[in-house]
Amino acid sequence: MSIWEYANPRKFMTTSQAVLPWVAGLAAVLVITGLIWGFFFTPDDFRMGSTVKVIYIHVPAAIMGSGTWFMMLITSLVWLIRRHHVSALAAKAAAPVGMVFTLIGLITGAIWGQPMWGTWWEWDPRLTAFLILFLFYLGYMALWEAVENPDAAADLTSVLCLVGTVFAVISRYALIFWNQGLHQGASLSMDAEQNVADVFAYPLWTCIIGFLFLFVALVLYRTRTEIRARRLRALIQRERMA
Amino acid sequence: MIELLVRDLRLAIRAGGGFGLGLAFFLIATILMPFGIGPETGMITIIAPGILWIGALLACLLSLDRIFALDWEDGSLELLATSPLPLEAVAGVKALAHWLTTGLPLVAAAPVLAVLLNLPPQGFPWLLASLAVGTPALSAIGTFGAALTVGLKRGGLLLSLLVVPLYVPTLLFGAEAARRGAEGLDAATPLVLLAGITFATAATMPFAAAAALRVNLR
Repeated sequence: MSIWEYANPRKFMTTSQAVLPWVAGLAAVLVITGLIWGFFFTPDDFRMGSTVKVIYIHVPAAIMGSGTWFMMLITSLVWLIRRHHVSALAAKAAAPVGMVFTLIGLITGAIWGQPMWGTWWEWDPRLTAFLILFLFYLGYMALWEAVENPDAAADLTSVLCLVGTVFAVISRYALIFWNQGLHQGASLSMDAEQNVADVFAYPLWTCIIGFLFLFVALVLYRTRTEIRARRLRALIQRERMA
Repeated sequence: MIELLVRDLRLAIRAGGGFGLGLAFFLIATILMPFGIGPETGMITIIAPGILWIGALLACLLSLDRIFALDWEDGSLELLATSPLPLEAVAGVKALAHWLTTGLPLVAAAPVLAVLLNLPPQGFPWLLASLAVGTPALSAIGTFGAALTVGLKRGGLLLSLLVVPLYVPTLLFGAEAARRGAEGLDAATPLVLLAGITFATAATMPFAAAAALRVNLR
């Protein structure tokens, strides 16, 4: 029993069908619990007031926005090395999900920044790096759409994902060089002296894990759709040949 | 390799005037900027390094799809792929030819345009140095983008969308070096980092471009 068995589309379809309702249900429970907990049962911050509550959407969305690209990097590598179609399709399926998470992170950040920093947008390294990540998602998805041959599209987008990862990381550090930040530091790191207080941290962690399950559920669902679309395409081609 | 380089240079200079287009675009893009910003000299002086860098980047971007498009259409790209020369070398030579026909003229034209934009005198060497060091990276990255989109019918806009995010670090360091030079600050640090990007892209991008070309030629 190895993980590569799930590279078989049929095996993937049966397993994902069994797992999907549980993952989706868990995501719903965790996100709803975390949000209600965070919105109604935590105190206001003494400096930020009630605007602190945007953290329960902003931080999980931002984590998933960059985490999705990392997942796409791994699935792209699996496709390039082992040629498993499910892997390439999972990367394709994940891209719009990651793009939406990134966009949610940017928009909630702007909504929070307006009352707190007095500006919707600031050319801060973190913000700008996320905007660039958003552009990477756009380009990646556009390349998938543009190439007709599915295998060639998978190859080209995988190479783009690899190269894009390197440049995204370089951009992140180049931006730190370019401008001083306005964004606060990490609020959940293990070794930091100043983390968020526990009252905020527990619902926040609930939301983060809930968003993670939401991401897994969406990607499984979309990958299943992609596999069905691929099967349909094969059927149509077979009909034409006959 | 040298024959390929000479052939590409000859084609770029002779066939259909593609050679001067990038330069002309650089000229009009730079001239348009003051019209959009207003004629105050102080303001234009401040943003002159940035304008010149963005103009050079756009001019470079505009000419990228020609790197492989003509060779793709008449089939000589397939000949090159089957020739004993490795495809990585072909991609490298193509990037070099693109830089010689686009990047180098831009560097040469930049001082003239910098006079128009009232760049302070101490900024000239830094502007030239940053452009000379940075534009090869633009060509190398652009070759990869061109290789990704070579088989597509409407690849031009897609090419820009793919390449612009990859250009961010180069533009940041290049414009930063030119800006610091113009303001009389120490510009060596961004220039060195820019050189690092150029060397890294020159060393790695031909491999990525060749991988993309192999997929497209399959």
